[in-house]
Amino acid sequence: MKNHVLWQIALTFASLSLVAMGGANAVVPEIHRQIVGAHGWMNDATFSQLFAIAQAAPGPNILLASLIGWRIAGMAGLAVATLAMIVPSSVLAFTVGRLVNRLADAPWISVTKAGLVPIAVGLIMAGGLVMARAAVHSLFSLAITVGAAIFVLCSDRNPLWALAGGTIISLLGLWGGVVK
Amino acid sequence: MKTTNNIVPGQGVPSPLPENVAGRIGLKQLFLGFLKIGLLGFGGLAPVAHHVIVEDRAWLTEQEYASLLGLGQILPGGNIINLAVIMGDRFQGIWGSLTALAALMAMPLVILMALALLYERFAGLAVVRTAIGGSAAVAAGLVIGTAAKILWKLRLSWIGLLFAALAFAAVGLLQLSLVPVIVVLAPLSVGVAYTRRRS
Repeated sequence: MKNHVLWQIALTFASLSLVAMGGANAVVPEIHRQIVGAHGWMNDATFSQLFAIAQAAPGPNILLASLIGWRIAGMAGLAVATLAMIVPSSVLAFTVGRLVNRLADAPWISVTKAGLVPIAVGLIMAGGLVMARAAVHSLFSLAITVGAAIFVLCSDRNPLWALAGGTIISLLGLWGGVVK
Repeated sequence: MKTTNNIVPGQGVPSPLPENVAGRIGLKQLFLGFLKIGLLGFGGLAPVAHHVIVEDRAWLTEQEYASLLGLGQILPGGNIINLAVIMGDRFQGIWGSLTALAALMAMPLVILMALALLYERFAGLAVVRTAIGGSAAVAAGLVIGTAAKILWKLRLSWIGLLFAALAFAAVGLLQLSLVPVIVVLAPLSVGVAYTRRRS
């Protein structure tokens, strides 16, 4: 039965690897749809908590997949999810990297980018909406989400500052009796 | 598309990099460089990757970095992961790719495991649950803010905005499955960009 779960994890993330335009944040809605919705492997609260932990760690944001794999099936799940997310797209990158030689003056790259970037941005925004739906339960947490969005918009500081600030404000809210 | 002259089929390992640079960077240097990128990449890898590769180690010039990153960005998957795969191959072939990739993932995975174990151990405490709940709310805001910022900086044409809105509505609001949405929207959007570029 365990193998069955690992197989499902592999299929879920491998199918997303090749459509993750602009990285993992663009596939957050689909990961959520499959993990929380279709498979019912975890609830909204756990999903948003894992997302927060993945954000707090350094490294590529596909670590969200690793963490979800770990939560569902332990170390084996972590290994399978990480590889499933990385291998297909890396094999493609390796192949294309060898086929493409002179990059600097390749107009098709800038045209492809011009076409893909708007979709990637729309998907990342959708990812933010899905995360907010899972993480915002009160006016207090809504204010934190809005505050973090404004922080990113208005400053170029490392987003880790916002993560630290929001966490401290939440704890102050807990001790002040604002949040339960 | 009449751009095939820009796609040169690989004869050995094609390299746009100066010979002396490509030969000089061994597996050990690749490993240490990408280990550093992974370890210091809090809140996004892009700034630290640029720092290490262009400024600190001078492996690539600004222009070479920009063009390799551009390729990494149009390919699916993490941009810096793709960059590691392609750069590793340019410097040391397939072993270079595997080394750069492993080095990039090593420290983040270790730190992630430590955080996950702490979470598992202490998730029952109200303080911990509140802290993580708070950072989850922040994380959602960070993603929304980042998307808004990119949108603001890009100054997209109305057609670009239309595709962004379609992708957002299909996946975020209607919660449609991602793969068919991309299979439909991506070729359309690239096709439109191609037509507009030619005219």
